[in-house]
Amino acid sequence: MATFKLHVNGKEKQVDVDPATPVLWVLRDHLELTGTKYGCGVAACGACTVHLDGVPVRSCQLPVAAIGIKKITTIEGLSDNNSHPVQAAWIEEQVPQCGYCQSGQIMAAVALLQKKTSPTDADIDAAMQGHICRCGTYPRIREAIKKASKKMSVKG
Amino acid sequence: MEPKDISRRKFIRATGLSATALTLGFYFSGESKASTIIKGEDAENYGVSLNSWIHIDTNGKVTIVCHRAEMGQGAYQAIPQMIAEELEVNLNEVNIIFGKGDTVKYGSQVTGGSSTVRGSYKNLLKLSASARDMLITAAAAKWSVSTAECFAEAGHVIHRSSGKKMHYGELVVDASKLEAPKNVQLKKVADYKLIRKPLPRQDTPLKTNGTAVFGIDKKIPGMLYAMVERNPRLRGKVKSYDDSAALKVPGVKKVFKVTMKVFSTDREGVAVVADSTWAAMQGRKALKVVWDDTGFEYVSTEEIYKKMKAELQSKDGLSAKKQGDPDPVLAQQKNKLDVIYETPYQAHACMEPLNCVAHHKGDSIEIWGPIQAPDWVQGDISQKMGIKKENVQVNMTFLGGGFGRKAFLDYTHEACLISKEAGAPVQVIWTREDDMTQGPFRPGVSYRAEGAVNNGEITAVKFRMCGQNIGHWMGSKKDVPNDSVLEGFQPHYFDNIKNISFSDIPFETPVPIMWWRSVYASTNGFAYESFMDELAVAAGKDPLAFRKQYLKNERCQKLLEKVEELSGWKARKPKQGYGVAITECFSSTVAQVVKVSKDATGKIKIDKVWAVIDCGWYVNADTVRAQVEGSIIMALGAATNHEIHFKDGLAVEKNFTTYRMPRINEIPPIEVHIMDNNEDAGGVGEPGLPPFTPALTNAIFDLTGKRIRKLPFDLAKV
Ligand code: FES
Ligand code: FES
Repeated sequence: MATFKLHVNGKEKQVDVDPATPVLWVLRDHLELTGTKYGCGVAACGACTVHLDGVPVRSCQLPVAAIGIKKITTIEGLSDNNSHPVQAAWIEEQVPQCGYCQSGQIMAAVALLQKKTSPTDADIDAAMQGHICRCGTYPRIREAIKKASKKMSVKG
Repeated sequence: MEPKDISRRKFIRATGLSATALTLGFYFSGESKASTIIKGEDAENYGVSLNSWIHIDTNGKVTIVCHRAEMGQGAYQAIPQMIAEELEVNLNEVNIIFGKGDTVKYGSQVTGGSSTVRGSYKNLLKLSASARDMLITAAAAKWSVSTAECFAEAGHVIHRSSGKKMHYGELVVDASKLEAPKNVQLKKVADYKLIRKPLPRQDTPLKTNGTAVFGIDKKIPGMLYAMVERNPRLRGKVKSYDDSAALKVPGVKKVFKVTMKVFSTDREGVAVVADSTWAAMQGRKALKVVWDDTGFEYVSTEEIYKKMKAELQSKDGLSAKKQGDPDPVLAQQKNKLDVIYETPYQAHACMEPLNCVAHHKGDSIEIWGPIQAPDWVQGDISQKMGIKKENVQVNMTFLGGGFGRKAFLDYTHEACLISKEAGAPVQVIWTREDDMTQGPFRPGVSYRAEGAVNNGEITAVKFRMCGQNIGHWMGSKKDVPNDSVLEGFQPHYFDNIKNISFSDIPFETPVPIMWWRSVYASTNGFAYESFMDELAVAAGKDPLAFRKQYLKNERCQKLLEKVEELSGWKARKPKQGYGVAITECFSSTVAQVVKVSKDATGKIKIDKVWAVIDCGWYVNADTVRAQVEGSIIMALGAATNHEIHFKDGLAVEKNFTTYRMPRINEIPPIEVHIMDNNEDAGGVGEPGLPPFTPALTNAIFDLTGKRIRKLPFDLAKV
């Protein structure tokens, strides 16, 4: 066991855990941030995606000891009222079915749009193909990303 | 407080609702299919159990008890949308709570067979209209006017001529003193304000900000976490185990053997209980378990399919349906078709792996989890744990996918056993590997199809199916055919095919099996609709025209015409492959056309899928479309991407690395059209799945002349 100071969604948190614990389980079991999901544990589904200094990472593969001072953003940290343009687009396009994969999908989409404001279909494929949706919401995910891109370009 | 009020008060307390209110439910008297609407407080007088669906308190707050599981299919939206329509309230003013597992209170709650809407909509509409009428009657009495002069709108009753207006909340006390009306007038489809509209789902915002609580997210005070190392041979036993290293892992509290039921058989494992999921995982890794596999058959996929094929070649099986007699016709025919279709075993692979929180409190149990069948779970736990049914509380959370797997009872039972032994509330989490390898699986089924055509007409068709029967695992008789032999087959084919028969050759393996989205239609549809295509080709007919020729029923004709028109079937160009298929299940019929071509490297590419669904009466157009899109993508995965293999009695694929799911870049454009009619409601969550695969393989045949009869197949290697 060891103590770690973490920056999560703009707040400083302290946890006392096994240094090998993946960030996924630290968030879920110790910080009660359960929006980030467990899907496979082997970096094959994307359900656990969070941002580390703005870069999407698979939190199931990331030991808490490796974080250092990097800032973690989870789905709960995107906005307090679903107002992030990606969340808004997701709601307008009615993307989720069961919803379980969607935190990861949204975090990946946010990261994509931060890098490329007007992604092509190929960009979307590349950024999103690590993310499984068993319910098959892929066509709507594509549309929602395009819609969010429009929202962001109007704003910016 | 009169004694007759007890059951209602109990209910109200349990749900945390306010007691001063209009509570209206319905019950079924005796064998009759028609429901009777009844007030909450009258339930005891009538000697029936309370069915509390609508609850309006003195603030006008409307609470709807949602009796079905929400696993992505839209029950969370569909039920309130129906109720708000007839009750005349705004959808966003309605509070939804999930009912707890209780057969008496809600009738069947099993979310399976695409039955959420079609099983309940008439009663729900009637119930809502009754509440509305009672509120109107109460207002009319207050104003001393006739009810005909009043109407309801947006949670108010309004007096038409004077414009006087009263909020429902002000009327509930008076309304609750009235008798529930015997007859109510339901709205006409044309007058719907909410039903049929593609309204946004109420649960969507919870699923875009991480606040929706799935089973795996549930936490209760003092809760511990458990992982179980289960015998990987599905039903083998634990011979011995060494927990010394496991107990040294920081956070690990207890290690013990656990035996859960898989149908009537046992599955043994060793549970590790700890203070976090990670600690439980580490403890589990440190276990040393010796398994006892005595008596277990070391099944392999190869052998299963070899045996099924041999059975199909040598046996006739149990007759499930016979019209005319295909045998003598086939015996005379020189050029008859005689082919085998094979479909694989599949995992449900819900994105949310199995999990359950259980709190065993001695003489009562409360559980929380992603549960498709709360009433079954209640009965099952009561029986297996020896606790009175009324002391078993089953709470449904959101489900991260269900597809039939979460209608099973193993994981809930196991969690109760572990909580009991641990002496604390425990959350049991299955890893992806546990979830994928332990089953129950969708059975792989093989088919033999024989048929003949003469002068462009079908003269005989004979289908034999061979595969495991889910019913056998649930205790059904073994000398009767599988009751799902015809699932998926559009029944109107029988109107025009003179000699046709279906039979089932019973087939057993030790692999546990369970419903999987659209159940046997998911495999039957491929065999039956591929064969229709083969017959069309043999008859020298256009496959879509051929189906129209044999499905003369008006709804089928309209459906086929629609998909023909949408897909531009008649205007197809060279180097484009078009395939069609039509299937029926859960009282809905879906026709699909798939268009394929070759990409620059010569690989098959799916250009587009058109789907037309006739599900009769429906609630939410957008939900219907989403369900059909999702079904098609699930079918695409099962047809071209993944399969569970068995080797030495073990499932080979353990995670998404080898059980390869379709990804966003593999998804073709999908266009869904819903037929508008006023027929009885059919299912929506499953019927879109079965026709996709045969439409795809029929399209590939159209393009390449290659007939695919074994699933899954690799699109890149056709
Ligand atoms: S849980 Fe981390 S990628 Fe699947
Ligand atoms: S919405 Fe269910 S897995 Fe994506």
